[in-house]
Amino acid sequence: MTAERGKAGPFRIVLVGQPNCGKSTLFNEVAGYKSITSNFAGATVSFTSGKVRILNRVVEVIDLPGVYSLTSLDPSSRETQRYLLDMTADVIVNVVDASILERSLELTLQLLDLEIPLVVCLNMMDEAKRKGIEIDIQALSRKLGVPVVAAVASRGRGIREVFGAALASGRQKRTGRHLSGSRDVETVISDLAARLRARKDPAVPFSSHLLATKLLERDPFFEKRVLSAFPDFEKTMRASQEALARSHGRSSDMVIAAERHALSMSLFESVSKVTRPRPDWRDRLDDVLMHNFWGYVSLLAILFSFYVAVFRAGSAVEKPLLEWFASIGKNVYGALPLDSLQWHAVKGVVDGIGGGVAIVLPYLLPFLLGLSVMEDAGYLPRVAFLMDSFMHRIGLHGTAVIPAVLGYGCNVPAVMAVRTLNSPRDRFIASLVATLVPCSARMTVVFGIVGWAIGGTAACAIYLLNLVVIAASGAVLSRLLPEATPGMMLEIPAYQIPRLKIVLSKTWLRMKEFIVIAWPLLIAGSIVMTVSDHFRLTPWFNLFTKPVTWLLGLPDAVGVTLMFGVLRKELSMLMLQQALGTADLAAVLTRSQMLVFTVFVVFYVPCVATVGVLIKQIRSRKTALIVLYTFFLALVLGLLTRVFAFLMWH
Amino acid sequence: MKKTEYETVQASLDAVEAKQDMVVAEIRGGWGIRQRLNQMGIHVGDVIQIRRCCSMGGPILVRIHGTEIALGRGMARRIQVIPAGGEA
Repeated sequence: MTAERGKAGPFRIVLVGQPNCGKSTLFNEVAGYKSITSNFAGATVSFTSGKVRILNRVVEVIDLPGVYSLTSLDPSSRETQRYLLDMTADVIVNVVDASILERSLELTLQLLDLEIPLVVCLNMMDEAKRKGIEIDIQALSRKLGVPVVAAVASRGRGIREVFGAALASGRQKRTGRHLSGSRDVETVISDLAARLRARKDPAVPFSSHLLATKLLERDPFFEKRVLSAFPDFEKTMRASQEALARSHGRSSDMVIAAERHALSMSLFESVSKVTRPRPDWRDRLDDVLMHNFWGYVSLLAILFSFYVAVFRAGSAVEKPLLEWFASIGKNVYGALPLDSLQWHAVKGVVDGIGGGVAIVLPYLLPFLLGLSVMEDAGYLPRVAFLMDSFMHRIGLHGTAVIPAVLGYGCNVPAVMAVRTLNSPRDRFIASLVATLVPCSARMTVVFGIVGWAIGGTAACAIYLLNLVVIAASGAVLSRLLPEATPGMMLEIPAYQIPRLKIVLSKTWLRMKEFIVIAWPLLIAGSIVMTVSDHFRLTPWFNLFTKPVTWLLGLPDAVGVTLMFGVLRKELSMLMLQQALGTADLAAVLTRSQMLVFTVFVVFYVPCVATVGVLIKQIRSRKTALIVLYTFFLALVLGLLTRVFAFLMWH
Repeated sequence: MKKTEYETVQASLDAVEAKQDMVVAEIRGGWGIRQRLNQMGIHVGDVIQIRRCCSMGGPILVRIHGTEIALGRGMARRIQVIPAGGEA
């Protein structure tokens, strides 16, 4: 039974698979840079899609987030499940890591239950061979009743065949075979399925067998969906659950899970031969990189050289790039009457674009490139493993170290990375941590003012203070929001040699997110700045910020800098020089004032681009909390710095 | 489940030393925990190898069904294991 399809438009191929199965590699191989990322309606989980031409036909390929099973456990599996149940897919391509076929088959069995045309792509066949696993592809295809295609996506092998098979299956509307396990369990399932079929309600359009299995699995999403359609069904449902539990001596969800596990194990055994694995250099690598001591040494070395490389590359390119851009900009608005409204508005646009160029090209690009390499090589999960016990002290799991590390480049991708975390609580804490991390724009202030006028030690001290404050904030917040999840559970995939094509298209996809969300805000902020300059609003802004500048003991003129620093943090130093009318800050500010200013700028309110992505990730209420918290934090720390500087230098 | 006869040797996963093969005897936890562990391939009766114990209360690394999985201590505590080999 295939339900009514609620869609029009191109033929739709949906990729589904467990994390690290090489699904995105397969996707990038066909869709590449043309793909776009979108969010599921009303959720922070996103998927990628792209229109591609396959065998002279334009089809839409959709890459859903990697999921281990179709259970409503976390946002990504919930959304994936919901998407698949909407029945808009013409065919599902189940990407499977052939080297861990026995576990992966559990998802395949659930996908078969959807009764949507299915093609199994046995990816990473080379890896399976190395592990000594030989799979009889024909036999597997016969047992599942769907086409099975071998592939090595990372080398571009088998991709054409996979999509060819997908097109054919989708056109024929060929669904797989339903595999049944032991008879007593199957009886309970089909009995419940028959009762569901008797109801025949369009509100629950999918396969009754799937539905019955999910109800016996006690999946809350399905229970809710069925009970809202037929409230009187609860008794029947609970009776079936209890019957299964009674006959097996454990709860019905455990029975179903064990059943599925046994089924995939026996399926695996019947289609594969396992011999001795070939030893590999990668087995050795983890003896160092995940070692209790050497693991941390290499982590530090790797991260340190990564940063040095990024900032070397960035600073080498930034200055000539900015000069080049400024000369172009002058030609653009130079033609307009000086100081007119148009002149200011156009200058704002040009500065905004220039600001983006100055961040994106020199820093963000190498940063994201390096990150994609580490990600594709499989190093990031190892970082999470190593950092878990440290991150627990600030109330997060090791996985949350990734957004925090990203933050040093730019808070925008850092906050974007927060969506990989499971619970809303973790996403909130990690977002706060990510925004407190001083990004490269704030780094220019730290080194340009404190590093230059007071010394490197003082600059490092600010970084240290920042780390302490982050740890303390995280610790306090995690006390206030007690943990609900019991701890980390993270697959550590085998190392891979990253492929250039995949790394590039991943980087491009992330860059695009920055360009779409953060850049327009940068430009808008820049226009606000120059236009208010035109209307000579500066004194009013300074008056408005007087309470803060007075409290911190800073000159009034600094007020406007602080205010617009929210719009463009990387301009803080430049604006400070403009506001005070000199590049020689030491002549107009005392050491104590420079220190206070820098501390305040490092901690206060995330920039407008970051606020934009924060709202997208954690919604506006929590974003407002973060903005308020960082503002007061900066104020308190600024005051403390003032007192400290007074005691030290007077 | 005939777990009584193993009860004397049963231990939680975080208390086992590295480089040993064990068999999962019991998963202690509610629906969410069971589902999470099951979907990563950890079921009662499976052979699980402890690869690495991280120091300072950090996670442990296990190998099961050909994959490596890092489990936080809180998670590991919920998994009861018995030594593999012999009649088990």
